[in-house]
Amino acid sequence: MNGWLRVCLLEEIPPLGARVVNAGKGDIAVFRGADDEVFAVDDRCPHKGGPLSQGIVAGRRVTCPLHGMNIQLDSGEAVAPDTGCTHRYAARVDAGAVFIDLR
Amino acid sequence: MRKPKLVLVGNGMAGVRTLEELLKLAPDLYDIAVFGAEPHGNYNRILLSPVLAGEMKLPEIMLNDLDWYKDNDITLHAGKKVVRIDRARRKVTASDGTEESYDRLLLATGSHPFMLPVPGKDLPGVLAYRDIADTEAMIEAAANHRHAVVIGGGLLGLEAANGLKLRGMDVTVVHAVDWLMERQLDKPAADMLQASLEAKGLKFKLPKLTSELVRGESGRVCAVRFKDGEQIPADLVVMAVGIRPNTELAESAGLHCNRGIVVSDTMQTYDPRIYAVGECVAHRGIAYGLVAPLFEQGKVCANHLANFGIARYAGSTVSTKLKVTGIDVFSAGDFTGGANTEEIVLHDRSAGVYKKLVLKNEQIVGAVLYGDTVDSSWYFQLMRDGKDVAGIRDHLMFGESHLGNAGHQGQSKAAVLPDAAEVCGCNGVCKGTIVKAIKEKGLFTLEDVRKHTKASSSCGSCTGLVEQIISSTIGGAYQPQDAMKKALCGCTDYTHEEVRKTIREQKLLSIPAAMKFLEWKTPNGCATCRPALNYYLICAWPQEYEDDPQSRFINERAHANIQKDGTYSVVPRIHGGVTTPAQLKRIAEVAEKYAIASVKITGGQRIDLLGVKKEDLPKVWADLDMPSGFAYGKSIRTVKTCVGSEWCRFGVQDSTGLGIELEKALDRMWAPHKVKLAVSGCPRNCAEAGIKDVGIVGVDSGWEIYIAGNGGIKTEVAQFLVKVKTREEVLEYTGAFLQLYREEARYLDRTVHWVQRIGMDYVKQRIVTDAAGRKALLDRLLFALQGEKDPWRERVQGLRAHEFAPIRFFDKGSAGGKGNERMAESVSA
Ligand code: SRM
Ligand SMILES: Cc1cc2nc3c(=O)[nH]c(=O)nc-3n(C[C@H](O)[C@H](O)[C@H](O)COP(=O)(O)OP(=O)(O)OC[C@H]3O[C@@H](n4cnc5c(N)ncnc54)[C@H](O)[C@@H]3O)c2cc1C
Ligand code: SF4
Ligand code: FES
Repeated sequence: MNGWLRVCLLEEIPPLGARVVNAGKGDIAVFRGADDEVFAVDDRCPHKGGPLSQGIVAGRRVTCPLHGMNIQLDSGEAVAPDTGCTHRYAARVDAGAVFIDLR
Repeated sequence: MRKPKLVLVGNGMAGVRTLEELLKLAPDLYDIAVFGAEPHGNYNRILLSPVLAGEMKLPEIMLNDLDWYKDNDITLHAGKKVVRIDRARRKVTASDGTEESYDRLLLATGSHPFMLPVPGKDLPGVLAYRDIADTEAMIEAAANHRHAVVIGGGLLGLEAANGLKLRGMDVTVVHAVDWLMERQLDKPAADMLQASLEAKGLKFKLPKLTSELVRGESGRVCAVRFKDGEQIPADLVVMAVGIRPNTELAESAGLHCNRGIVVSDTMQTYDPRIYAVGECVAHRGIAYGLVAPLFEQGKVCANHLANFGIARYAGSTVSTKLKVTGIDVFSAGDFTGGANTEEIVLHDRSAGVYKKLVLKNEQIVGAVLYGDTVDSSWYFQLMRDGKDVAGIRDHLMFGESHLGNAGHQGQSKAAVLPDAAEVCGCNGVCKGTIVKAIKEKGLFTLEDVRKHTKASSSCGSCTGLVEQIISSTIGGAYQPQDAMKKALCGCTDYTHEEVRKTIREQKLLSIPAAMKFLEWKTPNGCATCRPALNYYLICAWPQEYEDDPQSRFINERAHANIQKDGTYSVVPRIHGGVTTPAQLKRIAEVAEKYAIASVKITGGQRIDLLGVKKEDLPKVWADLDMPSGFAYGKSIRTVKTCVGSEWCRFGVQDSTGLGIELEKALDRMWAPHKVKLAVSGCPRNCAEAGIKDVGIVGVDSGWEIYIAGNGGIKTEVAQFLVKVKTREEVLEYTGAFLQLYREEARYLDRTVHWVQRIGMDYVKQRIVTDAAGRKALLDRLLFALQGEKDPWRERVQGLRAHEFAPIRFFDKGSAGGKGNERMAESVSA
């Protein structure tokens, strides 16, 4: 029916930062962008599995901490000329709390 | 609302590059229309030579195909030549009557090949070498005819001759001057070039003046006659005697032209609505005929079209390379020299190598290289940067690799390297991959190649080799980046120096404030500029600026080194490498308690605990109860020491004691890059002070201080700064030098890179000669370090706990933020 789960309060994620969510099947990185937009992707870089949650966030992108690949947070796609994709989940803010859709 | 209209006349390399730059800056600003006299998209004109030589095919050299125009909403009038500009009504008209009105007009009409005004120049079989049509006509002629004569022994003529020869023709090159490529080469180099081309089967007639092209029975050209009466057969004549800026259209519209359409430093013509770029332009009296300067013009022009209004074009220094496979020639600057210049020449006839450097006031002003062009980029960079080469003069001829490079930069000549040879050891990229990317994707700069192939994007030691591969693939179109003028990153046009100065002068106190004031082009920067800005702010406003963890690379945010599997390493501070049994016991207990995967002695005389889970870090730090060793930071790392006079039978000074003192004094110091010191107790130098950012060597009468060494990617021996008597003086000079580095180096410059740029004389003047300045520098450093807290201790006490605590979904109540308990429920969407 629906898979929306409450993750935490928005204020618990630093602006231009991320939190790691242990979701059982693997870690999910939940990001907070500049305008309080939120994004969620699998915490695994398509390159060599680097933890994206630990990267530097700018605009709607995160730079992987291991070898510097840029990932587009709203699609999970690597920014050209790199290629690859990490799974993205729908995410939203509602009354100050962050929700992600695990489906 | 109607968008303003931009019309481009000239669908060639300079014009379309300008549009690409514009679309990057302001994608939606204009409604754009393009007129091109040629019936194609935009192609890479310089690769016509490999096409003629049969090394590439036409589709491979397209830079922007028709889809590109469609995707970017650009109207392309291909095959339509503009014949009139009506400046009063702001309208252009093509020969077929097509009209477009403009708000801004960009002229990029390129140039015309110059045809010698000799009888017969209009006969069938007489061609210029400029575009796809010419190239196709030459390929066709080669299939059906035998004798080709190329008039003009310059770059273009030789490339044409080489191509026609490879297509099976019998080719003679006729040249009016005593030697080939006289505008790029001196006679010895030109003679060697001629000999190697003769070995490939080309024939030469020089000096020789053409008087007539003779008409054959079929109506086609059949021979070339010279002033001295000699005549040789010719079924194809290619004229490559020079180009003339194509200014007809501009002139007919009354725009001021003088050997090109005259433009200002903003690429504006005398009509402020009309801009011009490319070969059709005369900038400060110069019309360029190579793409690299034209691309620079395009960048400046785009900046103004996008209404940014800050870029200026100040002219370019150009270099040339001949694109004939197997022959390496390079030329740049004033290679003939004259009064007040000196020459260094190396000429090894049997090895086929000739190198000449022209120096003026200890700076390189010109270079000609033949046979061995491995160091061309290096010389060119030294030349453009106006570097003082007095200190390396002895080695100059032997190339960059001779300056103590332990990397693999000058390993071999790029041009003869096999495709399978690995160029970038960090990313496993071989030459073939790089060449393929350059050709297929139309790459021109080191930056482009780094993005597309990853080559040279990591440790950078292969940069020189990659640069050579680019220049041997695309010829003179390659221009090394000018480090002096380089913008901090793609988010801004300002340089590191400009950014730092503005931060100080405008008292900017945060990253958003700096970005706003400096008109950053991106909303919140990127992973390159944010850490740099954060450091510049820390350095400019100690005790005032509030550090921004989100602008730090993860290692500095987590105060531990991220590993390939996402775990972290912990390196506690062990001052001077001296530990105690109690400390070792504690480390051992922690390693056991947290099942640390690996315990290693580092190259920095301390202990590394590897494989710690991020959430365990604060606990590990608490149990260790030792300060952070900053092994992860652009900061002070270690001070290595030897046993020194306390134990060693040779020791003349207490190096261990001084090392500990220094490490304590500099603890928690952030810097543009990591900083490593070493102190040895005698000149045997067991602490390896000769390859450290600051190396101190004890001698009987005191201490010698060496600076700007580096033991990493490229080993650099530290240089002598000063000799002092006391420990206090060592602290003073070292502190002052490091503060100067903190204040003036670019972010990510190690001390050696910075000192190489600014020169040892400058450092000596600021640190040794100017005593008051030295004390002031030291005071500023001590002020900055005052009250800096140990980051591990702060985090053990709870600072930024969210950084370390994951949120758990299926495991209520364990670590995590305060949203934790309220979280696992699912809600309706
Ligand atoms: C741990 C250690 C290797 C070891 O097991 O011995 C090490 C490990 C790393 N070095 Fe190193 N270097 C270590 C001593 C050195 C030394 C030797 C020394 O310090 O005396 C050098 C040459 C000296 C020098 O720096 O001039 C050295 C030159 C480099 C370089 C090249 C720097 C350069 O400017 O050329 C890099 C790359 C960089 O910093 O960009 C590097 C980068 C790295 C990184 C940080 C790579 C990375 O980004 O992950 C490694 C981190 C591993 C980790 O998680 O701890 N490491 N590295 C050493 C830690 C010393 C310490 O106690 O702090
Ligand atoms: C064979 C060859 C090899 C070369 N090799 C190198 C090299 O190795 N390195 C290097 O740096 N440079 C090289 N060059 C030079 C380089 O190609 C030029 O400097 C560059 O293409 C100039 O760019 P541009 O945009 O000014 O002119 P062009 O690329 O010539 O573009 C101008 C375009 O405008 C069109 N045009 C002109 N008038 C009108 C009009 N009235 N209406 C509509 N369209 C019009 C023309 O048809 C043309 O397509 C080479 C050139 C040639 C021909
Ligand atoms: S520790 Fe240093 S030398 Fe060893 S693999 Fe890592 S970066 Fe390379
Ligand atoms: S793992 Fe992300 S860039 Fe390599």
